[in-house]
Amino acid sequence: MSEITSPTPEKAVSRRDFLKVIWAVFGGLAVLEVSGAFVAYLQPRLAEGEFGSVITAGAVDDFPANSITHVSNGRFYIIRLPDGGFLAIYHRCTHLGCTVPWDSTARKFICPCHNSQFDQQGNVENPPAPRALDLFPVSIEDGQVKVDTGTIIQRQSFESSQVVYP
Amino acid sequence: MSEQIPEPKPGTMLNRMRERLVPEGMPVDDRGRMRMVVDSLILHLHPTKVPVNTLRWTYTWGLGGLAAVLMMVLGITGVILLNNYTPAAPQAYLDILELRSNVWFGELVRNLHHWSANLLIVVAVLHLVRVFLTGSYRPPRELNWLIGVAMLVLVLAANFTGYLLPWDQLAYWAITVGTSIISYIPLIGEWISRLALGGPEVGANTLLNFYSMHISFIPLIIFGLMSYHFWRVRKDGGLTLPKSIDGGDEPKPERVTTIPNLVRKELIYALGWIAVLLVFAMLVPAPLEGIANPDVSPNPAKAPWYFLGLQELLLHFHPLVAGIILPGLAGLGIFLLPFFDINPDNVGVYFRSRRGRSLTALATGLALIATPIWVVLDEFVLDWTGWLPTWPTLISNGLIPLAVLLLPLILLDEWMTKSFKANTEERVIFIVTFIFIAFIVLTTIGIFFRGPGMSLYWPWAMPAAVH
Repeated sequence: MSEITSPTPEKAVSRRDFLKVIWAVFGGLAVLEVSGAFVAYLQPRLAEGEFGSVITAGAVDDFPANSITHVSNGRFYIIRLPDGGFLAIYHRCTHLGCTVPWDSTARKFICPCHNSQFDQQGNVENPPAPRALDLFPVSIEDGQVKVDTGTIIQRQSFESSQVVYP
Repeated sequence: MSEQIPEPKPGTMLNRMRERLVPEGMPVDDRGRMRMVVDSLILHLHPTKVPVNTLRWTYTWGLGGLAAVLMMVLGITGVILLNNYTPAAPQAYLDILELRSNVWFGELVRNLHHWSANLLIVVAVLHLVRVFLTGSYRPPRELNWLIGVAMLVLVLAANFTGYLLPWDQLAYWAITVGTSIISYIPLIGEWISRLALGGPEVGANTLLNFYSMHISFIPLIIFGLMSYHFWRVRKDGGLTLPKSIDGGDEPKPERVTTIPNLVRKELIYALGWIAVLLVFAMLVPAPLEGIANPDVSPNPAKAPWYFLGLQELLLHFHPLVAGIILPGLAGLGIFLLPFFDINPDNVGVYFRSRRGRSLTALATGLALIATPIWVVLDEFVLDWTGWLPTWPTLISNGLIPLAVLLLPLILLDEWMTKSFKANTEERVIFIVTFIFIAFIVLTTIGIFFRGPGMSLYWPWAMPAAVH
C-alpha cells in the first residue's frame, strides 16, 4: 500500500487538533455555565421580617444594665453591659452550631452539646469552641435597638470596639 | 435456548403482525413462560456458571447481595412513604404523627425504612471489610473497589439527608451538628454549608433541599453505580476465589450452574433477612422526639450514630483536624489501597497469611486497649489549650495532639517491620485494622458512653437526656 501524503504542508496545529481544542473549550464553557446556573438556582432566599432581616429587639430602656435577654425569633441575645453598652450575640455555638443557653447561676453560656463555655461578652472560657460567639451589628434608632441578623460578624474575642452605646 | 427468529410466513398482514408479537417456538404453558422470563433476567445479572466454592456462606457472608436487597426494600418503602409526607416545616412532623397513628401500616412502613437504612450502613461497611480482608480489591478489581467506596459515601449521604425529614428534635440537631462540620473546610466550607442548608442555619429551605436530594439525586446515582458495580464484578472475572491460608496450588474449582445453585441461596438469604426485618420493624419503633425547636438544643445533642466516631474526635481535636484532616487522610488511604497493596498471589485468603492473621489480632487487641485509654486520658489529664494558652487552638488543640497520636502509629509500623519482618501487605493489614478498630471503639464510646454535656458515663449509669 502506498504512503498517503498530506496535501497540505506540516503546520504547527492541524485542523483536526484545532477543532478538538475548540470543542473542548466550548464544551468546558457550557459545563461551567450550567454549573454556575445550578449553584445560583440553589442560592438561599431570605424572607422579610424573619431571621436574616433587621429585627427590632425593643426599646433601649427595656434592657437594664448588666442584663441578658434572649430574642428567640432573631436567634440572638441582647447583652447590656454594666456600662450601658449593647452587644447582640448570635445564640449559635461556634463549635458545631448548637443553641447556647445562658446559665444564670454560673453566669456563663454553657453549650449542651460539647460543653463549650463562654463568658458574658461571648469569650471562650472552655474549648472545644474555636472562637468567641458571633455578633450581629446593633444600631439604635429613635430609642429602639435594631439588630441586622443578615450579617454575621465572626471574631476571635471580645474587644471594646464591638460595643454599641445609645 | 435458540434465538433464531422464524422466517416471515406468507399470509395476511394481520397474520404477520401476530407472528411478530407472538413468535413461534416459545413455551406455551404458564410455568414455561414464567421460567423463561425469570431465567433470562437472572442470567442477565449473573453468569451462567459459578465456581462452587464462591457459594460458601463463610467466604462472602452474602453481604453485597444483602446490601442490594436492602436497597430494594428502601426503594419500595420509600416510594410508599412519599404518599404521606410533605417536605415543609412544621407539616412534615405532623405528617409523621399522622402516619404513625392514623395510616394503616404507616408505622410498619416507616420502621422498615428506618431500620433497613441503618442496617444498610452496617452491611455496606462489613462488605467493605470483607473485600479488604480477602484482598479482593487488588488488580484488576481496583475500579470496582472505588465504585463501592463511592456508593458507601452516597449511602451515608442518603441516610443523613433522610435523617432530617421527620423534623423532630433528634433530626434537627443531628443535622445542625453534622452540617457545622462542613463549615470548617478552609475557604469554601461556609459557602458549601450555606448552600446545602439554604441559609445560615437548618430551616425550611434545608428540609426541601434535603428532601429533593434524598428522593431523587442520591437514589438515582446509587442506582446507576449499583448497576455498574454488578456489571464490573462479571467483567473482572466474577468473585475472587477463596483460598486456604496455608497456600499451595489448589485444583481449579468445579463450576456449577447459576440456576438453581446460586439463585436458590440468594432467594433463601433475601427472604430470611426480609423476615427478620419485618419482625424487627413490628417490634421496635423508629425513634421520634418532639417537634424541632431551634431555641433549645437537647442535652446531649448527638449526630446520627454513624457519625459519632467523628463527633468523638471533635471532642478531642480542633474541628479542622477532626472534621476535615483526619477523615480526608482516611479517605485518601482507602482510595489508594488497591494501587499499592497489589500482590496477586494470596487474593482470596482471609488476612493474607498466618502472620497477617496474627498481626490482625494484635492490631485489634492494641486498638481495643489503647483507644479507651487515650479517650479517658484526653478527657481528664491532657489539657493542651490550658498548657499553651497563647498558642492558636489549631496548633495547641489540633496539630500537637495529632502529632502525639501519629507517633505511636509510626513506631508500631517500625516495630512490625523490624521484629515481625512484616512485608508491605502485612503492614497494611496491621495499620488499617488498628485504625478501623480504633474508629469503631470511638463510635461505640460516642453512642453508649457519652451523656449530658457530652461527659463520659457508664452506659448503665446514664442520666436521661434533657430535651
